[in-house]
Amino acid sequence: MAIADVKEYTHLTDEEVEQIGRELDALRKEIEESRGASDAEYINRLIKIQRGLAFAGRVTLLLSNKKPAWALGASMLGIAKILENMEIGHNVMHGQWDWMNDPEIHSSNWEWDTAQPAEQWKHSHNYIHHQFTNVLGFDNDIGYGILRMAREQKWHPANLGQPVYNALLATLFQWGVALHDLDIEAIRKREKDPKVMRKQLRQIWRKVRRQVGKDYVFFPALTGPAFAHTAAANALANLTRNLWSYAIIFCGHFPDGALHFTEEEIEDETRAEWYLRQILGAANFTGGPLLHIMSGNLGFQIEHHLFPDLPSNRYAEIGERVRPLCEKYGIPYTTGPLHRQYGQALRTILKLSLPNRFTSSDRRDGPHSPEVPRGRRSDDERPVRRTETGGWTSQATA
Amino acid sequence: MAVSTIIPWERVRTVGSRLTTPLHPDDYLSLVNPLWSARELRGRVEEVIPETDDAATLVIRPGWGWRYNHSPGQYVGIGVQVEGRFQWRSYSISSPPKRNGRTIAITVRAMPEGLLSSHLVKGLAPGTIVRLASPEGDFVLPDPPPAKILFLVAGSGITPVMAMLRTLDRRGSMPDVVMHYSSPNAERMIFREELDGLSEKHEGLTLHKLHTDTDGMLDFADLDDFCPDWREREVWACGPSGMLDAATEHWKDADLEDQLHLERFSLEVGGEAEGGTVTFQTSGKKAEADGATTILEAGESVGIGMPYGCRMGICHTCTLTLVKGAIKDLRNGEEYNQPNEQVQTCVTAAMGDCTFDI
Repeated sequence: MAIADVKEYTHLTDEEVEQIGRELDALRKEIEESRGASDAEYINRLIKIQRGLAFAGRVTLLLSNKKPAWALGASMLGIAKILENMEIGHNVMHGQWDWMNDPEIHSSNWEWDTAQPAEQWKHSHNYIHHQFTNVLGFDNDIGYGILRMAREQKWHPANLGQPVYNALLATLFQWGVALHDLDIEAIRKREKDPKVMRKQLRQIWRKVRRQVGKDYVFFPALTGPAFAHTAAANALANLTRNLWSYAIIFCGHFPDGALHFTEEEIEDETRAEWYLRQILGAANFTGGPLLHIMSGNLGFQIEHHLFPDLPSNRYAEIGERVRPLCEKYGIPYTTGPLHRQYGQALRTILKLSLPNRFTSSDRRDGPHSPEVPRGRRSDDERPVRRTETGGWTSQATA
Repeated sequence: MAVSTIIPWERVRTVGSRLTTPLHPDDYLSLVNPLWSARELRGRVEEVIPETDDAATLVIRPGWGWRYNHSPGQYVGIGVQVEGRFQWRSYSISSPPKRNGRTIAITVRAMPEGLLSSHLVKGLAPGTIVRLASPEGDFVLPDPPPAKILFLVAGSGITPVMAMLRTLDRRGSMPDVVMHYSSPNAERMIFREELDGLSEKHEGLTLHKLHTDTDGMLDFADLDDFCPDWREREVWACGPSGMLDAATEHWKDADLEDQLHLERFSLEVGGEAEGGTVTFQTSGKKAEADGATTILEAGESVGIGMPYGCRMGICHTCTLTLVKGAIKDLRNGEEYNQPNEQVQTCVTAAMGDCTFDI
């Protein structure tokens, strides 16, 4: 089931939708104009804390043959990796801090501590996912080409293995993300431009070699006889980060309240309708400030999707404005505790491993829509990029 | 210097980066001391010396990667974080180059409308970390200097010339120099005491001061009075553009243009694009721009509040989104034509019609 027209679904008039758009534009402007020294201090301090933690973790692991040092070092390193990937890397690459005009904290050259090259992330995430959020056949993040996450996605006997694929994806999350922009299916069907593929593979190989070298060769080698202990601690830190980021990301668009859309929705979609789709297609989760920092403020997924390039430390404040706006116009605003949001995502994974006739839908989107073909759209088949979704310097197709 | 030849720092850094990847070793070292990073040139403000009521000299200690080999007369880009945002401007270095030096000095006059210059003169505390850009500019004194020199300066145009004079003084190679220095009044004349000292010390240096509040602007017809042999001198002129335009005309009329060296803080345009209609999407305004007009200038010409900083491609303050169309970087001819690409508007011109998001 999916929505073909957000206006119809929300029972709003053209004028009301445009009014919502204007209010959100005004909110964006207000936040943009109030960015200042305290925001800059926030990100600079966070980066300092993260690098300090990473350094302390690595140093502690020089004693990785002692159990307490091993556990402490692995934890510090795991937390450092989570902070780097989520609250720092993901958000910097969105351009949230570009306004500071600081080339060291800038979307154009940030490289993050994970296997995927930043260049490919900015294409697959900032552009494809953020512009075509939850549009069936357009947003490759609906199941990442691995899981069947919408009833409109055609069932295949291979989907029976979903519970296993899901566990593997969670465990090996950074490697799944690393291959995400490649489009394995197009490669398999020999539809992928070999030049682009070679370039992407080269980028991935370079990045992976350095990442693996650091965690599994050089740092372990520094500890000499404790080589295996250090490598294991580093693997644990990477695993922690994988499981955590997987869980957080699955809470963003897979809880029942986050709706899907059909291709008709993005035909002649106005800016205000795009806003509306972002609200309907995303799900928040609740928690304290520490949880929000550790999850890159993605508990404010709705706010992040409305304003992907506004600084993450302001999402809480933006949420306090967005939620009343949604209530005023009767727009559903999906949120709930982390365990419930993830529980719903897991239920969908399990249910959709079976053909539709064996299960009932838990979602409240519109009427049933026809199945969407498998496979991805190429960039040429997509509408022009929105400015919020940022840039990437060397085009994936070039 | 000796240490850097014994230890191959570049190789140490490359090896270190295998441990710190995807970051650089400097990203961690700069947490200990902000100057221990060669990723971006930076410096620490050591001292702010008031020169006049509205001008001050900033003594800056540069960090790693800085080479003390600027030519006297060159300028340097300085980036200061104001309200969280790095603002960049260029200022002439007023200190002489010293290979074993530890600091550089720039002298800044606070402009009434200049956000950054006022901040630098009045608000910059010693200890502040600033960003730097490598010295640039060809308004420089050759080595060895010509035998006969005329310096024509006005206002804060003194700063590059001061670096030249200090260099000549330090090297003990002061040739026959005539200097004409205009300033509204005696109080606002930067470096006046040092200049008096220099002209007493060096017989070859003749100093003419002009206080324009009481005596009016320099008229180039008077040149023959205070410097009758001006036709035989190499000239370095720095000051407001009105003065520089008049100087250009005067030397052109005498057919001696080659002897005149000017300092203007503006972009040096190498290439030329085709030009076209530049559309500013948010404001709905359009500007017809030729191939030598930058996107920034085109926007300003139709009254758009374009962001800008250095206006010469250093600071990226002017970066905007090119929604569609193609533009060309006037410095190197590089083309940008991706939809929604981030581009610097101060050094690019239209290649046909293009649209910007502002």
